[in-house]
Amino acid sequence: MSQTQHLIEIQDLGKTYTSGKNLVTAIDRMDFCIDDGEFVTIMGQSGSGKSTLLSSMGALNRPTRGKVFVDSLDLYALTHEQRADFRSEYLGFIFQSFQLIPYLTVLENIKLPMAVTGRTKREQHHMAVEVIERVGLKTKSDRLPDQLSGGEQERVAIARAIVNKPPIILADEPTGNLDSETAKEIMGLLKSLNRDGHTIIMVTHNTEMEKFASRTIRVRDGNSHA
Amino acid sequence: MKLYNISLGNIRRRKGKMLFLALGLIIGVSTIVTLLAITETMTADIEERLNQFGANIVMVPKTENLSLNYGGIDVGGVSYEVIEFDQENLARIHTIKNAKNLGVVAPKVLGQVNINEKRILLMGVIFDQELALKTWWQKKGTFPANLDEVLLGSSVASVLGLSPGDKISMGDAVFTVSGVLNPTGASEDNAVIAELGAAQTVLGKKGKITLVEISAFCRGCPISEMTLQIAEAFPNAKVTAMKQAVMSKMQSMEMFKSFSLGVSILVIGIGALLVMVTMMGSVNERTREIGIFRAIGFRQTHVMQIILLEALVLGLFGGVFGFVLGNLVAWGIIPVVIKDGVFVGINYQLGGLCLVMAAALSLLASLYPAFKAGRMDPSDALRAL
Repeated sequence: MSQTQHLIEIQDLGKTYTSGKNLVTAIDRMDFCIDDGEFVTIMGQSGSGKSTLLSSMGALNRPTRGKVFVDSLDLYALTHEQRADFRSEYLGFIFQSFQLIPYLTVLENIKLPMAVTGRTKREQHHMAVEVIERVGLKTKSDRLPDQLSGGEQERVAIARAIVNKPPIILADEPTGNLDSETAKEIMGLLKSLNRDGHTIIMVTHNTEMEKFASRTIRVRDGNSHA
Repeated sequence: MKLYNISLGNIRRRKGKMLFLALGLIIGVSTIVTLLAITETMTADIEERLNQFGANIVMVPKTENLSLNYGGIDVGGVSYEVIEFDQENLARIHTIKNAKNLGVVAPKVLGQVNINEKRILLMGVIFDQELALKTWWQKKGTFPANLDEVLLGSSVASVLGLSPGDKISMGDAVFTVSGVLNPTGASEDNAVIAELGAAQTVLGKKGKITLVEISAFCRGCPISEMTLQIAEAFPNAKVTAMKQAVMSKMQSMEMFKSFSLGVSILVIGIGALLVMVTMMGSVNERTREIGIFRAIGFRQTHVMQIILLEALVLGLFGGVFGFVLGNLVAWGIIPVVIKDGVFVGINYQLGGLCLVMAAALSLLASLYPAFKAGRMDPSDALRAL
């Protein structure tokens, strides 16, 4: 186990995939740390390994080599179910292309992470209403995702990510499908969440988003440059 | 938000897809219900028809002598005195434990008479009972309606050269031949058949009965027990169940039931397979969704619960609709496939069983898909995003 004080520590991370007969190196070697309360962008071109890095940090993708520590916890020393519990408690995911559940309403999508937390119906409703107001979608709580604009769907995705009040938010290209105006609004929302105390790690290839972050880690050819 | 909200939400908003998933069960359950209804009606119909074909219990006076007659050929050449029953005691037959299973009770008196210098068998019967028992009798002329009318067997009419309308003398009385039976291949071909009272008078056997043929309703009735009960009521009687007739009746019905059971098992097996294959397809289609569930902290068991809850709801839905559809089809099809067939009515016990069976089958068929969904690697699932 790591002896450092950092919130997230990546040590000698490597990841290879088998694709047919070929061995694909998604991550060659990455080492860096992220502290509590930071807003970090991970920047790199398509295929640089940034999404693989994010999923490894999110306890979703076991690395071929190296370790991932979050709050001093060696993520890949945990069992499958322990990692699931960890994700539920510690992490909020914002996926590329929103990834809302199409047959659940806005409010139901936001409540989704709480379905396995054991919270009462009342608590769930209170917490969901709090975040839906935070993202400015109170009037659209009973709509289905396909009845919302891109920006609204992204807000729902953010609300879902923060409803359990996780300390860490992992965002994979959250503005990738939005126009520049809406993208700025979303980034403003993320920035305000950071000010509230959430540590935000955002993957992007858009250099315009850098200015919202406190730090940028550049990824190129499977290597990190912090 | 609970896991069942996710299951119900999926079913509610993807009705078409869920209906397709339930289709296998609906078809399976409705087929079973229809088959069972048809079998039920057919069994009752067959039983009714088989019961029309004569007696299945025969009561004769007890004797130490063995019969030397087979298929109408008497090899003994010796006749012996038969001790008859008293007609007034016959009412005892309706006091047995299984009296409700008694159908036709047809007493007869037998003896020989001289007609035109020939020795002929005279059989006295109660025509109402006899005709209810011997439904296959066809005749020229009419069945006797009066005490002074007789029915002739085909061989008797041929030997004596008699036709309907002719007169014959038996004892001191003169009788009119009302009808002549078509050949039956049985003993009545060789008999003159008169009303019981008239025959008893001619034979000098007033109040006497030589044998009783009994037809019992055989649906679930214990023929062997009834035979013993009648023998108990008539200690001087030899009571025999016509095992051959009974066995063939039972065998026919059992064959029908086995056939229906076999077809039902096959159909439900195919239905379950269809559910499993369709559920597998559904799970594969939901790779992305399952990836999201796993990413936000759902355990494998949570994902399995979602899939199995959907399967349970679909199973219950399939059971109910399959039962309703099966009954509707049975109601429509029975009059077409069974002559004079009538739908026996809704069996609610069967409905309950169908519901449980469909739910259980749906759950079983979905176990593997649910397990596969739960075991889906989130990183593989998310790569699909």
